[in-house]
Parts: sequence; structure tokens; C-alpha cells
Amino acid sequence: MVLVFADNHNGKFPKSSYEAVGYGADVAAMMGTEAVALTCGNITGDGGLGNAGASKVLHASGINTSDSQQMCRLIVAAAQKVGATVVIFSHDIEGKLVAPRVAARLDAGLVPGATGLPTADFIVKKNVFSGKAIADVAINTANKVITVLPNSLAIKNTGNTAPVEAFSAEIGAAGVKVKEVKAENKDGEIPLPEAELVVSGGRGMKGPEFWAPIEELAKILGAATACSRPVADIGWRPHHEHVGQTGVTIRPNLYIAVGISGAIQHLAGVNGSKTIVVINKDPEAPFFKAADYGIVGDAFEVLPKIIEAAKQFVASK
Amino acid sequence: MSPYFRSPNFYTKSMKILVCISKAPDTTSKIAFTDNNSKFDENGVQYIVNPYDEWYALVRALELKETLGGSVTIISVGAADYEPVIRKALAIGADEAVRIDAAESDSLFVAKQIANYAKGKGFDIVFCGKETINYNGSVVPGMIAELLDIPYVALAHKIDIAGNTATIEREIVGGEEVLEVNTPFVISAAKGMAEQRIPNMRGIMAARTKPLATEAASAAEPSTSIKGYSLPPAKSGCKYITPENAGDLIRLLHEEAKAI
Ligand SMILES: Cc1cc2nc3c(=O)[nH]c(=O)nc-3n(C[C@H](O)[C@H](O)[C@H](O)COP(=O)(O)OP(=O)(O)OC[C@H]3O[C@@H](n4cnc5c(N)ncnc54)[C@H](O)[C@@H]3O)c2cc1C
Ligand SMILES: Nc1ncnc2c1ncn2[C@@H]1O[C@H](COP(=O)(O)O)[C@@H](O)[C@H]1O
Repeated sequence: MVLVFADNHNGKFPKSSYEAVGYGADVAAMMGTEAVALTCGNITGDGGLGNAGASKVLHASGINTSDSQQMCRLIVAAAQKVGATVVIFSHDIEGKLVAPRVAARLDAGLVPGATGLPTADFIVKKNVFSGKAIADVAINTANKVITVLPNSLAIKNTGNTAPVEAFSAEIGAAGVKVKEVKAENKDGEIPLPEAELVVSGGRGMKGPEFWAPIEELAKILGAATACSRPVADIGWRPHHEHVGQTGVTIRPNLYIAVGISGAIQHLAGVNGSKTIVVINKDPEAPFFKAADYGIVGDAFEVLPKIIEAAKQFVASK
Repeated sequence: MSPYFRSPNFYTKSMKILVCISKAPDTTSKIAFTDNNSKFDENGVQYIVNPYDEWYALVRALELKETLGGSVTIISVGAADYEPVIRKALAIGADEAVRIDAAESDSLFVAKQIANYAKGKGFDIVFCGKETINYNGSVVPGMIAELLDIPYVALAHKIDIAGNTATIEREIVGGEEVLEVNTPFVISAAKGMAEQRIPNMRGIMAARTKPLATEAASAAEPSTSIKGYSLPPAKSGCKYITPENAGDLIRLLHEEAKAI
């Protein structure tokens, strides 16, 4: 059996959870078995997990914890209950927190951030060297854990609804207690790690007072905003917008980089983007080598034209 | 005695900290492979302390020691070629280092070595980086925590300590969470935890004579193994749009790239 942990936020499942369930369903099919999804908190119906590929949903309704030991105990108990030898997570914040514990507890080999399905002998592709290469990683153990890199695979649409079964387990006391939750994103703002579209500015934007066109374009497209490291370091933009080797890694469908030179450490955080647009006044900027579309020009002349076209495009939709 | 006359150290228990340091190719290294794409080509590659381990985990551990007292021990699981990188980390200010002498074969193997070393030594905090920039696993710290059966806070960007209790901030979807946890625990450090420290000459000289012990690895089979590497498919090339026709970008993104 394959167990998939499908995280939700107040009952809402992020795309990455459905991707993980679909991945689990494909692994199960390969093994001639089924994928059971485990989820916590309040959900409506099967939460869409059947449509995403789960044959059954285990629902631990009373559980809502930030403690990785408790989550690990819950997931290991579910794996034992359904007799799972493979456990799948999304390689998101929760997956990174809990999957390593589950792997250690099950003495299982773990492939973090898989970008493709395993072969029959469980060789799994993952990005290494911050996206500059891909490794084929074999899992040698009987139990196996895989976390799936968000935005790597399509979501399934089986049309099925899965039966939901209440599940509970002895998870012990929480060692980690939540004191406060601070929402970082203002209402309507899109959190960067989940964004499908991202507009990003670098030192070429000259100063924080000139960010309006970046924000406006992002708003029209429904995109999140990001920035290069020096821009966050000098305080032009908040730190959580910093993408790259030492900041956030993103894999959106579209990344628009304005006034960013394209240093290798910056590229490491964005080179998984499906389409990259570079706007830079220097034709020699290294970023153009990684770009799908390029505009050599002054950002402050180019952006108003793009904003105008974007407005028309959105209005015509 | 009135509580107001308690020693000023009442809330400042000293911290015994273990910092897990891995070595990584310099961020500008050319990524290439040899031996039929089965090995990383080390030709001309400079190794550094993994940035998350150095800038964030080690520096914050040193700051905690400086304010609370205690000690900072560095641990690495790696072959002899790890030593120059461990000396670099010592130059930033740790007290001592230990190298578990084994090729770092896989994450669970590394975690088992570190957990075995830490067991019973009374470390208050095991500090790791968020991830290695060569394997990008983000898994070793969580495995250490489970093997030691202690709490784990991942991707933290702030930590303060009073007595035995740490207050930690970590990223969650759409914001951040303030958590409380008692020692001992494992933490992985993300950006924001501390500012980079450049080692000075005195630090570099002192690092040469700081204790760097070597211990044999405990037996453990690799739970995963890398079978080969490949490079991502090259971009088909950049399509240029003139600044005058910049608005055309939106049409191309919709019709051609199907990105919007
Ligand atoms: C270990 C390490 C880790 C690092 N991690 C990161 C990281 O995670 N993320 C990151 O971003 N960086 C990182 N860096 C820094 C990185 O090397 C670069 O210094 C940084 O990315 C440069 O930022 P930038 O492109 O905004 O600025 P610059 O390199 O100064 O580039 C500005 C660009 O703007 C263009 N420009 C100027 N004016 C205009 C205009 N009017 N219109 C259009 N274009 C204009 C210029 O031609 C230039 O290309 C790291 C460095 C190291 C050593
Ligand atoms: N060989 C190693 N020796 C010591 N610590 C390591 C080693 N490999 C990884 N770590 C620690 O675990 C963290 C996460 O590594 P990874 O799971 O490989 O991304 C790193 O930032 C280090 O703090």
C-alpha cells in the first residue's frame, strides 16, 4: 500500500497536496496497489482527494499540531494500519518538517524533492546543485519515503470520490507549542512559494520608491512579487521576497526579472521556472542566457508598455 | 529571599550546542560530472562551508554562546578532505570540532552518525542548516531529531533563549509562527537567523590549533544511493522583443508560452 500525507490549510488543500496524491496513485499503480491519503483538521467531503487519485481518505479530524513528533507518530500509525511500505509527502514546509522523521522511524530511504515517478526498481529523479543538475537516486530499503517537488507534475482528475474513514492514533504530548501566528501576506497578496506567476526586481530598480511598476504589474497579473538578495539586504524590500541560493526557491510558471543581472546564486532559486522573462538595459547581462523572452531596455520605459498590454489582456478575458 | 534578588543568571542557563556542518562546492562552481556521469567533477572546484550552516546556524550558535555562556562544537560526517572546511568553520569561532570519518553516503547514514555521537552528551541544541546547496535535501536535521527522539523546528529564522526555553520563529504558508520549545531540540536555520561573519586573522590562527577530533563511523548501510547525474535540458534560446514593442510580451506569454 502507498500512504500519502495530504496537508490542508483550514480545510483548503494547496495544489501541492493534490500533486502528491496523484504521485502516490501512480506509484501505487506501478506496484499493483492503491494509494490511501491521510489528512487532518476540518475537511468538506473527501476534500477532492479522491479526484486527485486517492482510493480512500483517512481523516484525523481532531489533530492540528505544529509539532513534528506528534505528526510523525500519527503518520507512522496510519502507515502501519494500512500496511504502507511507501509514504509520500509534498516537498513543502510540512513535508520538509515531518517526512525526515517518518523516514528515520521506518528506517526508510528518503528521496527529497522528487521531480518524476520512480522506475520499477525505485530510482527517482531529483534536482541537485540547486537545480543545476539532476540526480537519479535509488532507494535501497524495504520502506520508502518520497517528497514530491511542488509544481513538477500535473494534478489528476479521476472524477472519483473517495470514502472517508475517521482515523486517530496516540500521538503523545507536543514538545513544540505555538505562541503566535503572524500572517505575513496582506489580504489578497499571494505567498511567494506557492505563486504561479512572479514579478521580481533587482538593484536595477534604483530604489524602493520606484517599485510601483513591479507591484502594479504583479497585481494586474495576479502574481507575487520577489527580489534579488542585495535588494532585501539593503532594505528596499522585505526579506521574505528574497529568492535564490540563500533565499526562497521558487518554480512558478512565469518569472519576470526586472533589473536583475542573473548571478548564478540568483538563478539557483529561480531556474526551475517554466518561462523566464528578463528585462535589463545591459544586453550582456548573464540572465539573458537563462531567459525564454528578453527585452533589452530601460525598465522604466519598458514596464509601462507591458502594464498597459497586461491591463488590456486582463480586460479582454 | 525575594525573587527580585535572584542571581542575574537565573534566566541565563548556558547552552551546550552542536552545529552540523557540511561542505559544499563554492556557489560559482561549474557543475559537471565524470566517470560516465556517475561522479561530481571536482576539477578546479573550491569547497566552502555550506552557506546555511555557516551564515545562519554557526553564527547564531556562537551568538547564543556569547550571551549565555556554554560551548559550540562542530560536527561533520565526511572523509579527510572535509578538514580544510572544518578549519574554516572553526576560524569563525567554535570551540572544537569532531569529524566522523566516513564518506557522506546518504542522508539517513549521516543523521545516524550525528545522532550516535550526540546521544548522552547533553547537548541542549543541535543546530543545522536549512539544506545543503549540493544535495538540497532539507532532511538530515529532521532525521537526527527522530533518532534522538527530541523536538525539531525546521526552517527557523529567529531564536532566543531564556532558561531552558527557546522562542523560535519559523516560516509557514502565508506567514510565520512563533513557537516555544524546551531544550534539548534540533533546529534548522534559514535566512534571517544571523548575519554572516568574516573570520579575522586571529580567528584563522586560533583555528589551526583548536581540537579537531576524528571518530570512526558506526556501521550503517546507505539507505539511498546516487546512480547517476544529468544536466537539465538547455533552454532553446532567448527570444528578444524590442523595447518599443514591449507590450507584445503579454501576447507571446499567453499565445506561445501559455504562461498566462
Ligand atoms: C554565497 C552567495 C550567496 C548568494 N545568494 C544570493 C541569493 O540567494 N539571491 C540573489 O539574488 N543573490 C545572491 N547572491 C548575490 C549575487 O551574487 C548577486 O550579487 C546578486 O544577485 C545581484 O543582484 P542584482 O541582480 O539585483 O544586482 P546587480 O548585479 O547590481 O544587477 C543590476 C542589474 O540591473 C540592470 N539595470 C540597471 N539599471 C536598469 C534599468 N534602468 N533598467 C533595466 N535594467 C537595469 C543592470 O544592467 C544589472 O544587470 C549571493 C552571493 C553569494 C556569494
Ligand atoms: N555530512 C554532513 N555532516 C554534518 N552535517 C551535515 C552533513 N550533511 C548535512 N548536514 C546538516 O544537515 C543540513 C541539511 O542537509 P541536507 O538534508 O543534506 O539538505 C545541513 O545544512 C547540515 O547542517
